[in-house]
Amino acid sequence: MIETYLPLIIMLVFGFGIAVVFMLLSEWLGARRFTPGKVSTYESGMPPRGTARERFSVKFYMIAVSFIVFDVEVVFMYPWAVQLGTLGISAFIAMMFFIAILFAGYFWELRKGGLDWD
Amino acid sequence: MALYDVIFYLFATIVLVSAGGVVFSRKMMYSAFSLLFTFFGVSGLYVLLSADFIAVTQIMVYVGGILVLIIFGVMLTTKITGVDIKSGTLGAFQMGIAGLASLAIAVFMIIMSMNTQWMQKDPLAETSTTVEAIGGLLFTEYLLAFGVAAILLLVAFIGAALIARRK
Repeated sequence: MIETYLPLIIMLVFGFGIAVVFMLLSEWLGARRFTPGKVSTYESGMPPRGTARERFSVKFYMIAVSFIVFDVEVVFMYPWAVQLGTLGISAFIAMMFFIAILFAGYFWELRKGGLDWD
Repeated sequence: MALYDVIFYLFATIVLVSAGGVVFSRKMMYSAFSLLFTFFGVSGLYVLLSADFIAVTQIMVYVGGILVLIIFGVMLTTKITGVDIKSGTLGAFQMGIAGLASLAIAVFMIIMSMNTQWMQKDPLAETSTTVEAIGGLLFTEYLLAFGVAAILLLVAFIGAALIARRK
């Protein structure tokens, strides 16, 4: 069981290690000449203005909730997909109902204009 | 067995250190990002328990979804990002009550985990994946639970839409 995850662990260790090594290298080798332009917040090359601590639109929250709902739907699809061959048509219909229920909510939201950005 | 133990303590350390970061961080955003590593470490522990499907779900739903929702929740709230959360402002009386309650819960959980008959299994003997078994059971024995999950997701979606659109 653990041996099958060994490549993943090696990849995580290397990924983390390389990131740390590069950070330390740039800290060690890099020159530190701070100019006002360098230390200011990067804003696509434009002078930054206003505060970043603004209240964000609630529409972002709606997008995040939609993402989670369909994320969970996909999670349910994995065990369904690997077993579809043995379970047959009934499991297929069950999943279609599942998708239909969620898409009913999605189309309701779409029709009410909840996902419009204006 | 040595490899198993090393990996377990690695993930347990990640969980404990990052959970400490969530609790002790003065800034809300730092807590949220620390929570990312807590979720990741817990998913590693799930893998060690041979629950690979739960581990992947943990990464997909909690790291990918719930955490984004928490960060959006922080950003949606007025001026919460700059607020310092200081536990020192609490009075001694409140801190005493909170400490006693936490101690009682901790003692209760320790006693409970000592008295539970845990299922003993050789962790290295398990080789197969659990996804097939979950798929087989979900669409035969637990089909009703699967349907209820669909309704629950629909309710969450519509409820969030109604709350978000009110203003």
